[in-house]
Amino acid sequence: MEDMIFYDRLQFAFTITFHYIFPQLTMGLSIIIVFFKWKFLRTKIQKYNDAALFFMKIFAINFTMGVVTGIPMEFQFGTNWAKFSELTGGIIGQTLAMEGMFSFFLESSFLALFIFGEKLMGQKLHFLTGFLVLLGSWASGWFILATNAWMQHPVGYEILDNGKFVLENFSELFSNPWLIPAFLHNQFASVVTSAFVVASIGAFYILRNKNLEHGKLFLKTGVIFGLVSSLLVAFPTGDWNAKNVANYQPAAFAAMEGIFETEEAGAEIVLIGQPNMVEKKLDNKIAVPNILSFLTYQDWNKQIAGMDQFTKEELPDNIPALYYSYHIMVGLGTIFIGVMLLAIFFLWKKKLHTIKPLLWTIMFLVPFPYIANLTGWYVAELGRQPYLVYGLLKTSEGVSPTVSSGNTLFTLLGFVGLYMLLGLLFLILVGKTIHQGPKPIKH
Amino acid sequence: MELFWYIIITLVLAIFFVLDGYNFGTGIIHLFFTKEEKDKKVVAKAAGLFWDFNEVWLVAGGGMLFMAFPTFYASVFSGFYLPLIMVLWLIVFRAIGLELRSQFNNKMWSTIWDTSFGVSSLLLALFFGIALGNVVRGVNLGSVESGVSMHEAHYFFLPLWDSSFSPLSEHPGVIDWFTLIIGIIAVVTLAIHGATWIRLKTNASINKKLKNVIFNLNIALLVLTIFSLIVWQIVNPNSLNNFIEKPYLLIFPIIYFTGLFGLFFIKKIKKDSHSFALSTLLIIGGITSSLASLFPVILPSTNTVNKSLTIYNTAASNYGLSVAFNWAIIGVILLLIYIIIQQRILKGKIDHMDYGH
Repeated sequence: MEDMIFYDRLQFAFTITFHYIFPQLTMGLSIIIVFFKWKFLRTKIQKYNDAALFFMKIFAINFTMGVVTGIPMEFQFGTNWAKFSELTGGIIGQTLAMEGMFSFFLESSFLALFIFGEKLMGQKLHFLTGFLVLLGSWASGWFILATNAWMQHPVGYEILDNGKFVLENFSELFSNPWLIPAFLHNQFASVVTSAFVVASIGAFYILRNKNLEHGKLFLKTGVIFGLVSSLLVAFPTGDWNAKNVANYQPAAFAAMEGIFETEEAGAEIVLIGQPNMVEKKLDNKIAVPNILSFLTYQDWNKQIAGMDQFTKEELPDNIPALYYSYHIMVGLGTIFIGVMLLAIFFLWKKKLHTIKPLLWTIMFLVPFPYIANLTGWYVAELGRQPYLVYGLLKTSEGVSPTVSSGNTLFTLLGFVGLYMLLGLLFLILVGKTIHQGPKPIKH
Repeated sequence: MELFWYIIITLVLAIFFVLDGYNFGTGIIHLFFTKEEKDKKVVAKAAGLFWDFNEVWLVAGGGMLFMAFPTFYASVFSGFYLPLIMVLWLIVFRAIGLELRSQFNNKMWSTIWDTSFGVSSLLLALFFGIALGNVVRGVNLGSVESGVSMHEAHYFFLPLWDSSFSPLSEHPGVIDWFTLIIGIIAVVTLAIHGATWIRLKTNASINKKLKNVIFNLNIALLVLTIFSLIVWQIVNPNSLNNFIEKPYLLIFPIIYFTGLFGLFFIKKIKKDSHSFALSTLLIIGGITSSLASLFPVILPSTNTVNKSLTIYNTAASNYGLSVAFNWAIIGVILLLIYIIIQQRILKGKIDHMDYGH
């Protein structure tokens, strides 16, 4: 039983991690594509349309990958988490079915038109189809976050005698206090990823001294979108989420912040340190006193419960993983803001494209927003442990009763192999698209 | 409400098999009948332009099944664990085959991905047919061993096959001779459907030959259908009861046979849209007839200890189903609008359609 739960969790974690590489780019990139298309409509300058079409190609590759890796996610609710599906399907089935109905149909219908229809329907309609793709991809994020928000902070339900959750109030699923902060935080974070991708391709073209005009446009657009979104991810949305965790999941909050012992007065904020689970302390700690209390409650001396206040059953089952995920996310987010501020300064001085060290930095920073997005999700999911539905349904109670661990291990290995192949092909395709570049500008 | 959702989900899945069915069929035809690179390219494109939109119907159908019949969803998805995961893998290979074949101008490269597209299309058609066969035949619900359930009454687990390979064995596997026949019927049906689609959407040079292919496949389909109807009675002796009690359900078999007999006139049919309509009838008629023969059961139990799963004992609460009814109406209206817009803009043959054209 134990190793079965472990393999089920590992398979879900692996497949969702790989899946979320793609939607996080498409959600953010769709905004930037619509922006380029809008600029083209306004100015009629060709390079904006080239940019829109170029990133649409990158978008299409990512969209395909998102679709083929996304279907296993929906299926796994039934295949590996049958008990969870049976008990909560009446509620999370609503939001997941709505995602199919309201977002995937919209996104896939108009993506085909956006890709194949520019000459068939004129520029204004083409802009509109781009906008509808954006709407579809964000709606998808909305419904997934609504599903997750319910698991983090269940609302609008009733539990029957047989343990089944039934829906009692539909609209509460969408007025869940967990939803809006988590949604906005997630969406802005996906804009960060795509802004870094756009800026990074721009920096690459400038450093290679090819497609210079497009390169400068990409760099400038990426840096501006990158700064705005990095700031919005931290404040107010990141702050808002942290307060939600402190409020609704205090045990998860103590674990992610690495507070082993409750302090008399205000709690310190940990910047660096490794959790030592044997001695229940942080090794190599660097911390600033009272800041955490201030950030969370705007009160320097407010007491915050440490992990000593909770029983083992209430605490997440993998505290170091949660702690690291959270600190990696926050640390990277801070670095993004720093780099983007610097880039904006030089952009304003009109020198950005000449500062090589900064261009190299921007180019090589591109994997890190992905890591920050994924670790952010790990914080949410590890923090919810040991529950599937917070406080109500344990993860161990959700697995499929008839699927053996041997079968799950077999399919996990299959997914690992298949996704390695997919990842390789993805890099080849994206690499080829970047190498070909946008249409050369005719002078 | 249960009935409403049952009909809607059947409809969504039937549309999925009509739409993605032509892609699977296109893949099968591509695998066996295209010789020249020009044809290979255009036939792959006949599937490649629309596969992601078509696949959304599967995602939507799955989501609705999850929402409306969570117990059924949990039971079936965990019980058919291995074949379902393999379907997921095949879906991946089908998609990357289509997306990758024309990325590099290299014969070896496109051959690899054409084969990936063709073989996975063939296997997907086979697997979906086998799945339908399993639903008709039923499973050992509750994993009953000598009169005692090993699991809760609505859970089970099926191996891929059982040594006896018989649908009548106490522990039938996913694949036995009966489900395999249904699988082959699905392959033949979808191959016909793919051929009518290729004729409709392309000017490939194989189009003339495809008329003969359709005609011959149709003869095979008629033979297989008659054979399967006979063995159907052995596997599920009650399968005609519903049609006797509610004769209006006979409309579904009539739809199927209209498609089947109509396609014998393929050489005389002038408009390709008419032959595509006939192969569509085949698919819709085949799926709805099978489900109608079971109704209201959606997964029969092969033992006497545990009851079959029906739309009534697996459904979500009435409140949930009613709320979803409201948003589904809005969703369907929006969807129809998308489809009309899409079809108006992307109408006609696709031979010369490409990025930015």
